Amino acid sequence: MGSYVANTTAEQQSMLSAAGFSRMEDLFADIPEAVKLKNGLALPDGKSELEVGRLLEAMAAKNTVYRTILRGAGAYHHYIPTIVKSVTGKEEFMTAYTPYQAEISQGLLQAIFEFQTMICELTGMDVANASVYDGATAAAEAAAMCRSRKKKNVVCVSATVHPQILEVIRTYCFGSGSEVVLIPEQNGVTDAAALQQRLTAEASCFIVQQPNYYGNLEPAAALGQITHAAGAKYVMSINPIAAALLPTPAECGADVAVGDGQPLGLPLGMGGPYLGFMTATKAMMRQLPGRLVGETKDIDGRRAYVLTLQAREQHIRREKASSNICSNQEWCALTAAVYLAAMGPNGLQETARQCTAKAHYLQQALAGVGLEKKYSGEFFHEFVTHSELPAADVQQALAEKGILGGLPLSRQDILWCVTEMNTKAELDETARLVGEVGRR
Amino acid sequence: MKLLFEESVRGHHCDVLPVCDVPLYALPEKRALPLRLPELSENEISRHYTALAQQTHGVNDGFYPLGSCTMKYNPKINEEAAAQRGFTALHPLQPEASLQGALQVLHLAGRYLCEITGMAAMTFQPAAGAHGEFTGLLLIKAYHRARQDGKRTKIIVPDAAHGTNPASAAMAGFTVVNIPSGADGCVDIAALQAVVGEDTAGLMLTNPNTVGLFDKNILTITRIVHEAGGLCYYDGANLNAVMGIVRPGDMGFDVVHLNLHKSFSTPHGGGGPGSGPVGCKAALTPFLPGRQVVETDGRYAWKGSAQSLGRVKMFYGNFLVVVKALAYLLTLGREGIPEAAANAVLNANYMKQQLADVYPMAFSATCMHEFVMSLAPLKKDTGVTALDIAKAMLDYGMHPPTMYFPLIVHEALMVEPTETESKAELDRAIAVYREIYAKALADPAALRAMPLHTPVRRPDEVGAARQPVLRYAGGRL
Repeated sequence: MGSYVANTTAEQQSMLSAAGFSRMEDLFADIPEAVKLKNGLALPDGKSELEVGRLLEAMAAKNTVYRTILRGAGAYHHYIPTIVKSVTGKEEFMTAYTPYQAEISQGLLQAIFEFQTMICELTGMDVANASVYDGATAAAEAAAMCRSRKKKNVVCVSATVHPQILEVIRTYCFGSGSEVVLIPEQNGVTDAAALQQRLTAEASCFIVQQPNYYGNLEPAAALGQITHAAGAKYVMSINPIAAALLPTPAECGADVAVGDGQPLGLPLGMGGPYLGFMTATKAMMRQLPGRLVGETKDIDGRRAYVLTLQAREQHIRREKASSNICSNQEWCALTAAVYLAAMGPNGLQETARQCTAKAHYLQQALAGVGLEKKYSGEFFHEFVTHSELPAADVQQALAEKGILGGLPLSRQDILWCVTEMNTKAELDETARLVGEVGRR
Repeated sequence: MKLLFEESVRGHHCDVLPVCDVPLYALPEKRALPLRLPELSENEISRHYTALAQQTHGVNDGFYPLGSCTMKYNPKINEEAAAQRGFTALHPLQPEASLQGALQVLHLAGRYLCEITGMAAMTFQPAAGAHGEFTGLLLIKAYHRARQDGKRTKIIVPDAAHGTNPASAAMAGFTVVNIPSGADGCVDIAALQAVVGEDTAGLMLTNPNTVGLFDKNILTITRIVHEAGGLCYYDGANLNAVMGIVRPGDMGFDVVHLNLHKSFSTPHGGGGPGSGPVGCKAALTPFLPGRQVVETDGRYAWKGSAQSLGRVKMFYGNFLVVVKALAYLLTLGREGIPEAAANAVLNANYMKQQLADVYPMAFSATCMHEFVMSLAPLKKDTGVTALDIAKAMLDYGMHPPTMYFPLIVHEALMVEPTETESKAELDRAIAVYREIYAKALADPAALRAMPLHTPVRRPDEVGAARQPVLRYAGGRL
């Protein structure tokens, strides 16, 4: 049996005696016999470290690790600089709790403060929180931030938002009792005329994703103007790598900007843990959910950092809190901060440029073998192709060569993603293999 | 400590990417705002974070008896297991056949946790405890709604509950009915009976409760709620005390959330990521969010439900955290799980008994994995508060207990040593606690000035909240 209990049986016995008990069972005398487990847990015996290591190695080995990944759709394969793992592996960061005791948590608090600043710089927004669970819950929390006591609080969401983000928004709105209205798409982007029509005075916010689920670039500034003209708040869900190049949410008029920070140094990891980041204008600072780190001074006048504005939070306001969030994704926020420090402004913009360049290269190459670009507008690093070739056949042919192809959206549509990780040789090979499927 | 931004020198950088091997493509619209991220060499980044780590206290740095947070040791095999490329390099939208090992992880972890809690099914979508509460309450909402029982709009929460309980109930659209606790910190049966009725959707409870006691009346409590047509929600924050000893399902609970980052040894990462799986009885299973993993002849597959309440998170939750917890579950197994619980309870009772002649205990009964001390008498006599005692501990290289919780105890300090602390470490902590108390009586002013030797001393929290500075603004007007 494996165990992390330090004390020997003899030590345990001496502690029992000191505390006035004779047997371990006596500690549980207050639990009614009627509910106690009679025959113990129906589980296998415990195992040694060596055995556990082997078991989990065997499970890991059953999965396919593709040598080339051309799939995104909310989970992006980017390079993670080696310094990232070295820093985030430090046990002080890894094993600390939420920094309630500022005096012995200055390192962690400062790291969060730096993260908040970096996210503000990236988005152009005034304030950022210390993180929420992921991009989808960030979008759902953003909708909650925009609720007003004065209206019905209809949440308008573009149909081009990632379907799983939409699902999470719907679930949160099932909780709060808010209605969700979907704004249709046209040619792969939000239908601006439909938005203008459907944004009634009852709408509390409109949520758009940039680049959207199909990789297309939304006319974000124009959508913001329409939203504000209707008296609603404008929420943008952004990709942080694309943000290095695109007009910032602040420039597009966003009141709240959120997103998933996974592309910033977090592995694909079967979908988690990822990182939800949330930013807002100064006017909406007090509606932000979750932890916020602020700068202050200690009694000797030294600069110090603390968790602040806690009066918004559940442990103070209970059922009147702006959110129930307690644990967040702090270690993932640290990861993103180290990633951004390692990439620097030039490295991050170069990553974004390479994503764009390589995605456009593959799109052209695929068009050459019969996979036509489905939508006519501009895209960042994801795009949808349409073809008579069955998407499943394309996926199969690529998988046989160790390539995870684009995500089949339907029998004929595929959502591709290309990042700085993909070489020209891989992209050429992909197009060649797809071409062969067509000639079969 | 300088900020990264203050250490930045234009032109410093890490060489990470090769030159682009395809023609560049210029997007039509560009950000006008300059991208002002820090510019640093790799060595500068490494030194910066090493210095920050030195100003951060983790479980590896010393005693961390933060009540209700279960800061047990985080085994290193967990980390190694989760760091394998066979897990980290998996795209969540890969074909099912290419994810068999990952699905096996979810399936096996689910089986272990269902057995430990006495539940029929488990979802790993929730990312943390509060997220699990929200999910569990939506399950209750979906259940009543499916039975066309729409009048059940109220969730009963004892006043000793964690703040997340009422906050989660409110987010799920329920009205919160707070009930007072009895003098013993347990549920006041009469108060509960007085509020249950046709509008009761459910009750949220921790057991052991937030004062560290096992509520003996648990079967009566869950029966009262069930007879009124409500469901019982188990907040798993305190499961560490009783895992393998008694199961929430056997106590009469219908829905439970667990904190893998508490009971099941995954690290807290300075605030997260956690993992808050939610288990439920068979009647609620169809409403679970996302999809369940099913196994047939060694093949694993996703299975959805038409009645699912939807999705509470992208993909499958904090998967890599589940891998870590599974390593722990496999390690402890049938006997190790109750052994951990028993030693957590033993360590708490030992410390409590060794301190009881000095520190007034809020409750005298046998505690479970944590105990609550009240510094109210000390405050009255000397002006020294629970906060002052906690701050003094910082000078001894120890993390203080949880302060001012539960709210029903004045000047509370809640101590949870966990089972992974040795007797020697507990004895050292006991000596320090006693020394601090003696100092409080002898020289209250000196105590109120502590800590003296930490990287910073007491910060001005009021000032921080009054004029919030939430980002570095150097160079920007």
